[in-house]
Amino acid sequence: MRYLPNSPEERRQMLETCGVESLEDLFAGLPPEVRLTRPLALGSGKSEYEILDYFRARGDENANGYASFLGAGVYRHYRPVLVDAVISRGEFLTSYTPYQAEISQGILTTIFEFQTMICQLTGMEVANASVYCGSTAVPESAMMAARITGRSRVLAARTLHPEYRDVLSTCVKNQGMPVEEITYDRDSGRLDLADLQSKLDDDVAVVIVQSPNFFGIVEDVNAAAELAHSRGALLVHVFTEAVSLGILEPASGADIVAGELQSFAMPPSFGGPYAGVIATREKYVRQMPGRLVGQTTDTRGNRAFCLTITTREQHIRREKATSNICTNQALVALMATVFMTVYGKEGLRELAKQNLAKAHYLATLVKPRFSGPFFNEFVAAPASRPPEDVNARLLDAKIIGGLALGRFYPELADSMLLCSTEMNTRDQMDAVAEAFTR
Amino acid sequence: MIEKVRSHITQNEPLLFELSSPGKRGWQLPELDVPEVDAAAALGASAVRSGIADFPEVSEVEALRHFTRLSTWNYAIDLGLYPLGSCTMKYNPRVNEQAARVEGLAWAHPYQPEALSQGAMEILAALETVLEEITGMDAVTLQPAAGAHGELTGILLIRALLASRGDPRKKVLIPDSAHGTNPATAAMAGYTIQNIRSNERGMVDLESLVGSVNEDVAALMVTNPNTIGVFEQDIVKVAGILHAKGAQLYMDGANMNALVGIARPGDFGVDVMHLNLHKTFSTPHGGGGPGSGPVAVQRHLEPFLPVPRLQQRFGRWFFQYGRPQSIGRVKAFYGNFGVAVRALAYVLAHGGDGLRRATMDAVLNATYIRKRLEPHFELPNQAPTMHECVFSDARQAARGVKTGDIAKRLIDYGFHPYTVSFPMIVHGAMMIEPTETESKRELDLFVDAMISIAKEVEENPELVLKAPHSTRTTRVDEVAAARKPVLRWRRN
Repeated sequence: MRYLPNSPEERRQMLETCGVESLEDLFAGLPPEVRLTRPLALGSGKSEYEILDYFRARGDENANGYASFLGAGVYRHYRPVLVDAVISRGEFLTSYTPYQAEISQGILTTIFEFQTMICQLTGMEVANASVYCGSTAVPESAMMAARITGRSRVLAARTLHPEYRDVLSTCVKNQGMPVEEITYDRDSGRLDLADLQSKLDDDVAVVIVQSPNFFGIVEDVNAAAELAHSRGALLVHVFTEAVSLGILEPASGADIVAGELQSFAMPPSFGGPYAGVIATREKYVRQMPGRLVGQTTDTRGNRAFCLTITTREQHIRREKATSNICTNQALVALMATVFMTVYGKEGLRELAKQNLAKAHYLATLVKPRFSGPFFNEFVAAPASRPPEDVNARLLDAKIIGGLALGRFYPELADSMLLCSTEMNTRDQMDAVAEAFTR
Repeated sequence: MIEKVRSHITQNEPLLFELSSPGKRGWQLPELDVPEVDAAAALGASAVRSGIADFPEVSEVEALRHFTRLSTWNYAIDLGLYPLGSCTMKYNPRVNEQAARVEGLAWAHPYQPEALSQGAMEILAALETVLEEITGMDAVTLQPAAGAHGELTGILLIRALLASRGDPRKKVLIPDSAHGTNPATAAMAGYTIQNIRSNERGMVDLESLVGSVNEDVAALMVTNPNTIGVFEQDIVKVAGILHAKGAQLYMDGANMNALVGIARPGDFGVDVMHLNLHKTFSTPHGGGGPGSGPVAVQRHLEPFLPVPRLQQRFGRWFFQYGRPQSIGRVKAFYGNFGVAVRALAYVLAHGGDGLRRATMDAVLNATYIRKRLEPHFELPNQAPTMHECVFSDARQAARGVKTGDIAKRLIDYGFHPYTVSFPMIVHGAMMIEPTETESKRELDLFVDAMISIAKEVEENPELVLKAPHSTRTTRVDEVAAARKPVLRWRRN
């Protein structure tokens, strides 16, 4: 087997040192009743060629070579070639959590840069080293807010990604944290501030608002924050489309930002792996979940980095930890770091502006259902047929249309969510418009 | 005598922000084929930011050099043995990376039509089947994003099962040798924790267990082989004790690399367990992620698995959502698909027999290290070694040198240290897991280094106490980092 480096002779020598006759003897200590007495029914080992062939065949069974207008939390953005060049370096790819700072300064430095850039983008003072994904960042943020406020109720916008809402409810259920929904305004598609106000009381720990929201609409997060703060609750600003941060002013009223960074060079990859992030104010850092990298010095006085404030974490605090999370999404966060570096200050803004322009061009052809301002996706209802029919038509032209919303929002069963990024061409958008109106 | 390495020059490199200068760029966008839009008009003037203060501006070549230079400051499996106990740092086959980058897989959107996702769904289904066969369990979910996330999922399943029987119960029992994630997880699932002490052989103490299991106990979370690398001899009895009182047996599968093809948790009484694809199944650790933590269950827990479930009808895969007893979702979409692709590629490469042989070599390598180091270091537990061995620094501590110091000195010899000071039941623990992908030559270099360090401790302890001496960064002041946290760069 090509991944096992020892020769038969080396194995023999090693067995001799171990004082046993055969490999089988190494397992003599296992109780006989637990032993598997047959071979695993997993076939024989395959060559590289056969393995790649298998996966290419599976890839061909998926949509291949289709244009797409799907967004809804996962966005198609161009991935600069530098990203894979960097993450393919074995020193990044095949290292582990940087417990040993002296031989992990490479990854530690990139995480410090990541934390800094996330702060710059979100306007927050501190950011963690990343978490699993945006959806799991949400319950972590809610629990963090509950620890800070000593309260338990959670108010989450109905325009928060529906799958994020599901994850939130699964994860905080057993913390004695009831979750209630805040409705949206049926005209603007924005958070219904009156509904928020009516549901706020002195037990509310946190108000969770996504912007741009699931419908692509930019929320007035500061207005929601003001209401939340007036009753002593914290405001979590969730984002799923990180490219929007290139153009949108960060919400100064947010206490915690919980975001999904998939847009920053992570291939859609059928839902993961991505990287989430949690950023907050300095005063809350000791309640923050996840790894943190801090700057310090070595014994020669040189700048160095290490994992820090670990007394929050499970390997020290055990059941009293801020979370059971024991690592970050380092390699995926590194993709985001390289992406942010390649685009930089001007490029990220220009990229955001292209997205804005593309989606707004499409919106000149296909009328948005809501009146609120949108970034690169919006909700639209085809004139005289269900969205599924429009999508079926588009498939014939090798275009995957928008997400039909009925499965998540029964009240919007006649609508779809359309996303246009820099990867969608004018021709594709014209084709969508034609299928909508024809 | 340091055989593995000699020093070489590394490049200095500032932070991106220090490298940055206005007007540099590494990007170019295609020409816009639609009219430009006035952002302030579209979004409202107050919603548009003026710019991202201090965000880097770097050229393409400087960006590439920046990250390449930083990479050379890292140790990695690609450079040699990485014997972190419980982390299973094995070789990451590069064909896995190629497989995950196949266009139709990497660019598959989770909401694209199921009819156009059959290949991706087939991969997920194939991996579920593989993991069922390896664990001897009845059903698998691939949704959890990492080991700790799998633990949370597993305990939530137990909670849902017990609640459906009328009472979710109050306590989870956890051996004192367990990973810290176990108690943290049980607390997140709303349970209180009761520690179970280990016996003198490092195993779950049956008497202590019998005394602790009652109608308040939801589950025992056990790691098998446990964190000292020893198989729980009484695991079948342990399961019996729990089941007799209506409690469940959770297995932390962190150490599954010792069992694949040899023994199956489903055959020895485990009700639910998680696996770590980034450990046992060779997907890269990537400096700390991404991982994947599939959860495998016996039939009685299957109705509670997260939605959606992958199902087949008339030869076509579909996602099933309407499952009234499900705990709900633990993550958006269907899990870390890209990690699943890599794990399946690994299983295909080995086949059933290859996986078993890998397990045997993993145990051989660990046993070999144990035998060679036994004369030089204290081995607190004499039970047969599985995939890892745990020494204590007792002999060296007598000379004022601790496990953490020996670890740092190993760096000078060209190795990543073992896991330091864990498990907590072994004072001054040195937890060594070589994995099967290390050659005898690499193991010998490591063992020779450890023996040489043991000698240094006798002759010149200062040398060890001040290590590492050869790295570009010497020991870092972690205390100062925590006392006055500097968590981001700021312009002076």
